[in-house]
Amino acid sequence: MIDANQSAGQSRLNRQTAIPALIGDHTDFLIVSGLAGPAKDIGALTQEAGNTFLFGGAMGGAVPMALGLALAQPDKRILCVTGDGDLLMSMGTLATIGALKPANLAVVCVDNALYQETGSQDSHTAMGVNLARIAEGSGFAATRDVTREDQLADASAVLRQTNGPAFVLLRVDATPPPKYARNWHASEMKTAFRKSLLGTR
Amino acid sequence: MMSTNGGEMRWQDALYEQLRAADVTIFAHVPDAGHRVLIDRSIADPDATSVPLTSEQEGVGIAAGAHLGGARAVLMMQSSGVGNCINQLSLVQHGAFPFLTIVSMRGEFGEGNPWQFAMGQAVEPTLSAMGVQCLWAHDPVDVETVTMAALTMAFRAERAVAVLLSQRLLGAKAF
Repeated sequence: MIDANQSAGQSRLNRQTAIPALIGDHTDFLIVSGLAGPAKDIGALTQEAGNTFLFGGAMGGAVPMALGLALAQPDKRILCVTGDGDLLMSMGTLATIGALKPANLAVVCVDNALYQETGSQDSHTAMGVNLARIAEGSGFAATRDVTREDQLADASAVLRQTNGPAFVLLRVDATPPPKYARNWHASEMKTAFRKSLLGTR
Repeated sequence: MMSTNGGEMRWQDALYEQLRAADVTIFAHVPDAGHRVLIDRSIADPDATSVPLTSEQEGVGIAAGAHLGGARAVLMMQSSGVGNCINQLSLVQHGAFPFLTIVSMRGEFGEGNPWQFAMGQAVEPTLSAMGVQCLWAHDPVDVETVTMAALTMAFRAERAVAVLLSQRLLGAKAF
């Protein structure tokens, strides 16, 4: 599953092309995005359709929110897309997901090994921490460590088809996310999401 | 309080059944002696999901995510866990999510562990600063009324509410 020879500094993908290729048809999922870069990646991809909730703060909250959504909507496929910094702040939730094993939850970590939002300081993943192995050790049913384009199709299938929690570590270079003017009002996104999913506010 | 079979019901069991009757189905918790009955009931309940947390802060996002998906959650924690939740409550306040937590208090009435006072005494001011209203239950006869008020405020008015179960109610831990 995870190639032991892969390490930070090896090949990395461009997030602006790799994320759309990995996710494919975003309407296959209900999507929760972590703050900063991934919120722009996902906002640009979905144009904040009703299947999308973007964080802009409360760092570390995206993975727990996706878990709560997965428990509430067991017949829908839930996708959490978040950065390495955000996931490092919510690593305990990988253990909680591993313990509960929801069949319908997939997590994509967009790992640029940087805190790009705050001045591109190195993150722990630049210093050797492998978040895919942490997900694997937490009990995720499938994990992938993606560094090359030819791995994207398999990873995309893993997000959709795994009967159990799935995790994809997407190693990306320092290319910034697409420029996108996202909605910062969480209450508006919440209302739009619930209207789209539940037909109620 | 009477159980359906006519025997005397523990207030903890009545509280669990009150939450379930209000359509709370997701019970997120960090192990805690004060919540032992609620946790055990949620684990044994085939129609509920019991979520063991590594840290209380996970429970805030889980509760908000449950609301996005149309379900009701409660976060059960000890007062020391309140401090772990503070920044995550930004999501609740800014997003105007309904939020219900039940807090078993330490560091107040009859506490014998001096480590518990700092966070225990900070529960109300910190929750209040993050927009969470606190309702106290000091006596078994209060629990049902306070819980009903909290359920209405959280899930009808969509506010953030904490029920604080005092050590007067729970009994202070012996040291």
